[in-house]
Amino acid sequence: MTDISDRQQLSYIAAQAADARVNLELETEGMTLNIGPQHPATHGTLRIVAKLDGEQVIAADPVMGYMHRGYEKLSEVRTYPQVTTLINRIDWLGSFANEVPFILAAERLMEVEAPPRAQWIRTILFEMSRIANVVLFLGDMAVQVGAVTPVFFAFRDREHILNQIEGATGGRFHPNFDRIGGLKDDLPAGWVAETKQVMKKMRAFCDEIETLVMGNEIFQARTRGIGVIPADVGLSYGLSGANIRGSGVDWDVRRDNPCGLAYDQVDWKVWTHPDGDSFSRFWVRLQETREATKIVDQLLDGIPAGPIMAKVPRIIKVPAGEAFVETENPLGVMGYYVVSKGDLVPYRVKIRSASFNNMSITPWLLKGVYVPDIITILGSLYFILGDIDR
Amino acid sequence: MSLLAELSYWQQTSIRVGAGLVAVILVAGTLVMLHLFKLVSFMQSRLGPMEAGPFGSLQLLAEVGKHLQKEDIVPRKADKVVFAAAPFVVLASTFLLVVVLPGGPDAWFIQNDLGIYLAMAVSSVSVIGILMAGWGSANKYSLLGGLRATGQLIAYELPLILAVVGVVIQAGTMNLQGIVYQQANGEIFGWDGLGNPYILTQFVAFFLFLTAMQAELTQTPFDMPIAESELVSGYMTEYSGMRFLLFFIAEFATAGVFSAIAAVLFLGGWYVPGIDPDDNIMNVLGPLVMFVKVIGLTFVVFWVRFTFPRFREDQLQRIAWKFLIPLALLNIVVTAIFKVWI
Repeated sequence: MTDISDRQQLSYIAAQAADARVNLELETEGMTLNIGPQHPATHGTLRIVAKLDGEQVIAADPVMGYMHRGYEKLSEVRTYPQVTTLINRIDWLGSFANEVPFILAAERLMEVEAPPRAQWIRTILFEMSRIANVVLFLGDMAVQVGAVTPVFFAFRDREHILNQIEGATGGRFHPNFDRIGGLKDDLPAGWVAETKQVMKKMRAFCDEIETLVMGNEIFQARTRGIGVIPADVGLSYGLSGANIRGSGVDWDVRRDNPCGLAYDQVDWKVWTHPDGDSFSRFWVRLQETREATKIVDQLLDGIPAGPIMAKVPRIIKVPAGEAFVETENPLGVMGYYVVSKGDLVPYRVKIRSASFNNMSITPWLLKGVYVPDIITILGSLYFILGDIDR
Repeated sequence: MSLLAELSYWQQTSIRVGAGLVAVILVAGTLVMLHLFKLVSFMQSRLGPMEAGPFGSLQLLAEVGKHLQKEDIVPRKADKVVFAAAPFVVLASTFLLVVVLPGGPDAWFIQNDLGIYLAMAVSSVSVIGILMAGWGSANKYSLLGGLRATGQLIAYELPLILAVVGVVIQAGTMNLQGIVYQQANGEIFGWDGLGNPYILTQFVAFFLFLTAMQAELTQTPFDMPIAESELVSGYMTEYSGMRFLLFFIAEFATAGVFSAIAAVLFLGGWYVPGIDPDDNIMNVLGPLVMFVKVIGLTFVVFWVRFTFPRFREDQLQRIAWKFLIPLALLNIVVTAIFKVWI
């Protein structure tokens, strides 16, 4: 049976040629669609050059850098305390979380450690900025799928948490509250009780989103099985945060390496979802927001007494050396690699932000999907353009 | 309208056209005001429409003023004639729908024995308008939106018409006025206190009609052609100022008109139980009764619109062809069996 007669082979070739001719006749003209730089679904100035066959994507390439601001280079001419004013603008939705890893890196170089009270307050504000960030995602994901109402609810409830951040730090978007060796101020009176109320509201918001968005059949039909990232592919592209936990990888820097933050003092859980599709990323973020409110609640109960500032010189000169500190930011793992030569300014700062790596999988992921799915997949990957273009 | 018999043909026609236009724009304005500005603002915690004027009552004027001031932009590569004509084609389809609607025993524009047939035929003209807008804009998003609209609107025309067939079989007439009378004089199991609004016997058709209507109006969850988060409002992307406003009026007026048709077919139209339908007072009361029913139905339309996410094109087609159309055919068969045997 291994032999194929010439006759059979000829007919096989003829059939293939006929197929090729039909394919050529039925071939449709491709279309290049520029999604962005100004498009409601790109969260800023991202451009995706999509080659379409009808509504199906043949190839999609993200073009970024439209709002590159050169933070790494600017940091080299700013003193260490001044750098925080830049870097909390990277991910503007959860800005306090950006400050922390840089300050931790500088503290590691200077070999100082913030007092326990400062660590706890840092962790509280860190988690609150996570909630402020992810709440917007939870509402915005519905917009990507076509429902506009949840995002208004998200903005309404985000106010509460921003009010609390403002109450503690004085800034709504750019707190600039971290100092090397501790924090700028102590918490104001009555803040703890108010924050507990706000956490209750955020849990109610999560319940609302769960019934309004996640429970919706159309939402599930639009997100389940769409944009599936297998765990090994996700890891090879350097995905982090909820994007990789949505693929079932149990990796959370908060738990695995809580350097200088109080995560090991409280009881909490890392959520993962095995499916790796858009829905599971949404699910993981929703659970994480709930978990964050619980972390904040527990931390608020046991803030240790004591100073909020370690003893550091008035003019900060960081000894020569290099340090890399990463934390689990709202969008994923964010790290700062700081090199010092013993000056007032860092010699070199390299920022490893989560969104850039999370974005890198899009050409692989968008191949073969439909145009509406581009939007849901981009939405579920959840990037902030400031976090991509630094 | 019997007064019109004294006038010459062109006078009658111009009065009818004027009244029709007023009906379209007034209804659209009221719906925008009531539903979009007040109801949805409360639903979505929007603040704008509560600020302008007492209780936000001047918001509509502000919106119209805003759109009037805007520059009328036509893309350089657009097919200018098609681009300019498209909003009017869409609006014309809405306008022609109004003429078959009865408002009372004598309050009607035209009374035609093929009323509902005419309405269904005319409603599909808007597909052409939307395709014109999508093609003429010289914009890839608009093109995708226009093509999606064609696929969607043609697919949902079928369940819409098949849902109507059930009502037509039960009423035995295509005349909308006749359908109202059939419901007013009907009886349920020998009891005629309520008449027989067909929502009670044709509830399947009512559900089908509302669903297909939602798709015909390109409202969420069937807003594939507009899809503001993916196609940046689809066929409307390049329209600004007054032309956009025309589309906007057409959208809301069509929602009102389709709701009015649904009210006539399923809720008894201008008829209200307890008053003799031939009483002259119904010529005044009828339009008001209609209006209340229309507001109720458009509330459902916009409530769904602002609650639900959007389907994908293939999912949408699947619903139409695999679920709605078989259900509609089944409804026709069951209605026919009941009509013949009972």
